[in-house]
Amino acid sequence: MSLIRLRNVHKIYSTGKEQVPALQDVSLNIGQKEFVAIMGPSGSGKSSLLSILGGLSHPTKGSVTVDNIDVYALDVEQRADLRREYVGFVFQSFQLIPYLTVAENVMLPLTVTAYSRQEQGSKAIDILEKVGLRSKALRLPDELSGGEQQRVAIARALVNQPPIILADEPTGNLDSATSKEIMDLLRVLNDAGHTFIIVTHNPENTRYVDRCIHLRDGKLCDGDAEGEQLDQASMRDSIASMQPKI
Amino acid sequence: MKLYNISLNNLRRRRTKMIFLVFGLTIAIATVVALVTVLQAMNADIANKLDEFGANIIVTPKSDDLSLSYDGMTISGVSLDVQKLHEEDAKQIRTIKNSENIKIVAPKLIQPAKIVEPARLKGSPPASEFFQRGAGNGAGGRDVLIVGVDFPQEFQLKKWWNVRGQRPSTRKEALIGAEIQEKLQLTIGQSFELKGEPFVVSGILEPTGSQDDGIVFIDLKEVQRIFGKPGELSLIEVAALCYDCPIEEIVRQTSEKLPGAKVMAIRQTIESKMEAMHRFELFSYGISGVVLLVAALIVMTNMTASVNERTREIGIFRAIGFRQTHIMKIILTEAFLTSFVAGLIGYGVGMGVSKAVIPILTMNGESVSLMSYPLLAFSVVLAIFIGIISSIYPAYKASRLDPTVALKAL
Repeated sequence: MSLIRLRNVHKIYSTGKEQVPALQDVSLNIGQKEFVAIMGPSGSGKSSLLSILGGLSHPTKGSVTVDNIDVYALDVEQRADLRREYVGFVFQSFQLIPYLTVAENVMLPLTVTAYSRQEQGSKAIDILEKVGLRSKALRLPDELSGGEQQRVAIARALVNQPPIILADEPTGNLDSATSKEIMDLLRVLNDAGHTFIIVTHNPENTRYVDRCIHLRDGKLCDGDAEGEQLDQASMRDSIASMQPKI
Repeated sequence: MKLYNISLNNLRRRRTKMIFLVFGLTIAIATVVALVTVLQAMNADIANKLDEFGANIIVTPKSDDLSLSYDGMTISGVSLDVQKLHEEDAKQIRTIKNSENIKIVAPKLIQPAKIVEPARLKGSPPASEFFQRGAGNGAGGRDVLIVGVDFPQEFQLKKWWNVRGQRPSTRKEALIGAEIQEKLQLTIGQSFELKGEPFVVSGILEPTGSQDDGIVFIDLKEVQRIFGKPGELSLIEVAALCYDCPIEEIVRQTSEKLPGAKVMAIRQTIESKMEAMHRFELFSYGISGVVLLVAALIVMTNMTASVNERTREIGIFRAIGFRQTHIMKIILTEAFLTSFVAGLIGYGVGMGVSKAVIPILTMNGESVSLMSYPLLAFSVVLAIFIGIISSIYPAYKASRLDPTVALKAL
């Protein structure tokens, strides 16, 4: 059963008189507990697709449903509520609030919910425990390494227990060892029931995913549209095809 | 964690800029507080001084029969024979719309009469030449002006009166002017006869330089009785404390209440002082307005800069599910907290300045109390009002930021 459905989604950016198509007629389904990688060269529309999936950017045409809710039929405030309940974001540059402690950063999505301070605290500590940062709950983000900061960002994305996690280049600013740690963590969390959609340039990351969606010039590459599961062999082929040819 | 924790943490992070914002708003509030306090003190000072100027409204009957010079001014329409004013009219004056401005109502009945020295009281001085001359003329005494007054009101009205002896305390006691005393050679404790009834001089007025020096003052009721004019009045003097309202308005209201009377305002030097005061008030309001406007611009600029610096942060908030209203709340809470602090400090600084300035301006050496809860509340509310109003646009702008643009990463 599909958790996310995109139907004939177009996204056109207008810059003065010029119209730049970022996405063209994209239709795809993403199922519950799937781990999907969106891949493609720069400017292929990956980030636009992620924004539209997260309810952040209105498509020019087409529809997006999450859990059978027509996302863009909602008003801007209802979409904020939907993001809070259904979507967690992880960004390439972590995007932590520098003047809040690790625990406060993790609690951030809960501040606009009905949870009491105590409930917020215990949820934050639980999730920090899962990402291995409980001991650093009272530190400020600046005092942490890049990998640790990304773990905090992941914890923040998970604290509301949203079914969908969208990650934009989650390992883009990390060294290979730390990237592996982060991807291992995402895989564990995916196994725990979260649907993961990541934008990545790194072919290594595709080893962790169930499916790759390839974008080129704003269009889905053949075979990616309707949620085909990649078998391991095709996945390896895919990885090989993405390797730089020296 | 609540939304206001985010605001508080941000204020702590941006301490220097927030201090600058508080400073700007503090100066504005302090200026307003100082001006308001100085104005209040100067108004109170003028109000106190108004007391010393006596009556500023005269109510007389509408009549052209006679004119009477009283208290250095000509009052037309005082009919000594035809009753036009009544004690009820005096009471009516206290029922006008601006009755709180009416401080003193001093009714009077003026009657010319002859007074003669009665059979001398035991131990009293010999009959004066004046009485002897009057008796010799066959006139049965000397013509004087008898004014029936309500002594408590009269003494309140004429604070400059100095009485030798005692103020009259019974209906049979009289207060005489210095000129009368000189001419009649009356002394304190001496008695005289008016309309066949004996009266005792209880006190003598020190020379005032006014017509009061040539008048015999007796209790109003007694004068009304012996002249057979119960309840009648010749004129009513009114002292209205009118530093904050036009005297013409009180005259108009009084005229409406007393259609049968002529109500006149006495021009006094205090009016020019009040006029200067009104000009100073207008000037103060102008200065306050400009200072508050500058403060509002400082707040708006600072808050807009804050929002611009926090574009990414606001994008994160929006991405993780904060509503636009939540973003506005965060920004406006920051404005509220800084304005609240500025209001408190501004009040303190303003009162400090007032304390130093007021004794110089009022020249009476009096100072002001440093604690005025209404003004404190006003300062804080004004500061918060300015802070919030000036922050609405930056907050609105922040809440409308496109999260994808704000984050850039997406």
